[in-house]
Amino acid sequence: MTLLTGGFHDAPRQSARAFRLALNALSRPGRIETVSGAEGPAPLSAAAATLLLVLADRDTPIHLGASHDVQAVRDWITFHTGAPFVAPEAAMLALGTWDTLPRARFPLGLPDYPDRSATLIVETATLTTEGPRLTGPGIQTEAHLSLPEVTAFQENRALFPQGLDFFFTCGARLAALPRSTRVEAV
Amino acid sequence: MTSAMTLAETSFNFAYLDEDTKRMIRRAILKAVAVPGYQVPFASREMPMPYGWGTGGVQVTAACLMPEDVLKVIDQGADDTTNAVSIRKFFQRTSGVAVTERTAEASVIQTRHRIPEAALTEDQILVYQVPIPEPLRFLEPRETETRKMHELEEYGLMHVKLYEDIARHGTIATAYAYPVKVEGRYVMDPSPIPKFDNPKLSGNAALQLFGAGREARIYAVPPHTQVVSLDFDDHPFVASKADHACDICGSATSYLDEVITDDKGGRMFVCSDTDYCRGGQ
Repeated sequence: MTLLTGGFHDAPRQSARAFRLALNALSRPGRIETVSGAEGPAPLSAAAATLLLVLADRDTPIHLGASHDVQAVRDWITFHTGAPFVAPEAAMLALGTWDTLPRARFPLGLPDYPDRSATLIVETATLTTEGPRLTGPGIQTEAHLSLPEVTAFQENRALFPQGLDFFFTCGARLAALPRSTRVEAV
Repeated sequence: MTSAMTLAETSFNFAYLDEDTKRMIRRAILKAVAVPGYQVPFASREMPMPYGWGTGGVQVTAACLMPEDVLKVIDQGADDTTNAVSIRKFFQRTSGVAVTERTAEASVIQTRHRIPEAALTEDQILVYQVPIPEPLRFLEPRETETRKMHELEEYGLMHVKLYEDIARHGTIATAYAYPVKVEGRYVMDPSPIPKFDNPKLSGNAALQLFGAGREARIYAVPPHTQVVSLDFDDHPFVASKADHACDICGSATSYLDEVITDDKGGRMFVCSDTDYCRGGQ
């Protein structure tokens, strides 16, 4: 693995396929999709690397949590996307494990521009459809997802229409939780 | 001529737009899905077709399209009208995806002002072409004011408009682009679909994306999302259609177009959804 490898070999088609899976995951919270295309240096998962290539470029300042703030990851992101590294307050994207992302410091969007909020890519060790109950847009009755906790997402939902949006990545699989989803412990 | 055609078809990036533009649109689509009914500004591009011909829908479709997709394009329900034919050809030339006129076979459907009669599925995306995305625009021309009204959920003006309909006509006379409220929060313009189609917005299994090119806005209704047409307790919303059956397929439930057949007052009613009508014949 060098910083030159692991990118898309056919960016238009690979990013289109990966985006559709990410869109599917965000449109249907609790659904787990398997993506492919990108391979980044450890500890970057394949799903997180693919998401970065789909979403990140020179226009998307990114914050790296301590878990992922290593030189190999920085070099790989810089070479493949050109995204600048910033403090949480200026980030549009963030990448790290749950405990290393300072959630209170990311932009939540503005009351009149709620879209100007950060999207967090959270690397997890497990990703299953068991855990807290999810209801809301995109979910017909209810869904379940192995979230790292419950309270943080309830607080995030209470800010609606402001708030953060989350992707959870584990190996080549990803799931998502938009701010619109209601989360309850089971 | 042949070589010129070949050059044109391979000299485009997949789905026409460059990758930076598609990434920007994709980020806007994801935020639109996260905040149902909220209009996300995006850096709309000039497209090789005039504004008003679906440049917003085309950009959203281009950002969503993948090589395995089967694309259907409809204009007022019809697959064979100018706008639908030219957009379908545009994507055939620039992306090479398969196309269909069958609603059930399509994975992405771009539509101008109709929702297909057939129920959509989890595996489909419906992309609307939107001329004026702001439902409050004809009531309040200033963007600064309408943005503040959305922020404060101050939608009284819209109810005044519907009330004035009742005061003047006895009923809510708004027949298309009928305003809706999404998940109890944002009032949204469903694009100029007939209000007959409004009930299909709510709880739809498909993801619904709205693109307005000239106005540079993208918004979304995720699957299984509650969409309520605005009304009053004593004047409830009614999804109306011509009181007639289709003169070709006989359907009594589909939305109808009135077609003038001669200059002696002759006319007929036919399904607006051509694929649905073919299926019923």
